[in-house]
Amino acid sequence: MTKLSLFLGCIVPNRYPGIENVTKLCLEKLDLDAVDLPGASCCPAPGVFKSFDKGTWLSLAARNVVISEKMERDVLTICNGCYASLADANIELKSDPEMKAQTNMCLKGIGMEYQGTVEVRHIIELLYEEIGPEKLKSYVTTPLDLKVALHYGCHLIKPTKERKLGNSENPTFFDELVEATGAESVDYTDKMMCCGAGGGVRSGHIEESLEMLEHKLACIQRAGVDCIVNACPFCHLQFDKGQLAVNEKFGTDYSIPVLHYSQLLALALGISPDKLGIEQNAVQNLEFLAKVYEINAGIR
Amino acid sequence: MSYDEEVLEVLKAAGLDILSCMHCGTCTGSCPSGRHAGLNTRRILRDARKNRPVLEDKDLWLCTTCYTCQERCPRGIKITDALLEIRRLAVRKGFMLPEHRRVSEMVLEYGHAVPLDEETRKKREELGLDPLPNTAQHSPEALEQVRALLRTCRFDELTAEK
Ligand code: SF4
Ligand code: SF4
Repeated sequence: MTKLSLFLGCIVPNRYPGIENVTKLCLEKLDLDAVDLPGASCCPAPGVFKSFDKGTWLSLAARNVVISEKMERDVLTICNGCYASLADANIELKSDPEMKAQTNMCLKGIGMEYQGTVEVRHIIELLYEEIGPEKLKSYVTTPLDLKVALHYGCHLIKPTKERKLGNSENPTFFDELVEATGAESVDYTDKMMCCGAGGGVRSGHIEESLEMLEHKLACIQRAGVDCIVNACPFCHLQFDKGQLAVNEKFGTDYSIPVLHYSQLLALALGISPDKLGIEQNAVQNLEFLAKVYEINAGIR
Repeated sequence: MSYDEEVLEVLKAAGLDILSCMHCGTCTGSCPSGRHAGLNTRRILRDARKNRPVLEDKDLWLCTTCYTCQERCPRGIKITDALLEIRRLAVRKGFMLPEHRRVSEMVLEYGHAVPLDEETRKKREELGLDPLPNTAQHSPEALEQVRALLRTCRFDELTAEK
């Protein structure tokens, strides 16, 4: 089995620590060999840093990868943004000797050298490829009676040429992983649409970012689900914190709980709901919380 | 050469051909930001082709980099990559949103675009996690490495208020 180092990024440890907590618990339950990646920085965030300066983006990403190279472990990301930065930088550095030389010139100053010896993985892609939905079902102790609006997030599958996870218009691999937990992945209008946060739009143009989010939330609300599931803490933040901002801006009263896939999986693996950190989310939906505790206690 | 003539040069140097566009509008029609925030991707590409000013265009920063247009363009134009290339030129010319300067400052100071705050520190404790995550922000040596690397890349100069 692949040896992994867990890359946390910024938003998980610094805003949604529950995702960090349960990701580790899930990896343990699934017997996946993953350790911390000490001293890792921002990936750096692709939307902003890749928009500012390519050399900086590559160098900072390379430093994170080098720490993992020294540990002889593949990098495991739990965020589409981190995946986009680290995987794309890794592909560029492996395939472009000139870029690699330039980046190594910069890394030399801090006594590091990029070799190109490890891979960058995303937890969804890893679970699908290395365990698969069928085998994953055998780990499930608490099948989830939940209806889920799944949000893939753009950078998990696009650009498709680099991601190699198939078609981006109608993918199913992530839905299969959701359904392996017993939950139902409900189809909804504009399911593959962006959450509106990426590319520096959330930080630079918040009003426009919320316009996009409001549309997604309206579509999800109409589908009548228990919660939103994502695999990207930045989408997660947009859906969770952004939901309150949307309510304020548009006078709506959305209260749709938001879970990272690790949190959904944790519930299905029988991990206690109080480990998830969903009670720390911006959106507080007591009905959902009660349901989750009932499912965990086996009374639903 | 004017700034705007440089745009085509930079795209060409990066191997990004936007000249084969057949004006079908698929990009704008597929764009989430086009539908909900008024971004007209095709127009930006056209302006770039015609050497019209695009670098100071605030719309340039309405793209979420979702890659839908790039996936769907019938001419296979790498639209999102081209927009990123134009953004980088804009930044080199000093056009940057103040909010984006602040994100840059965060990384220069903490090694993270979103650094740890007091509220999350408490949340970590509630969950039984180490209040300080095992990341660059809390390792003086790692943080100094990150800062040194950013200085080598001249990222501090690039993003400083001009
Ligand atoms: S989708 Fe491609 S060919 Fe069509 S208008 Fe946009 S850039 Fe031009
Ligand atoms: S990548 Fe940018 S321009 Fe293209 S569809 Fe997405 S938001 Fe629109």
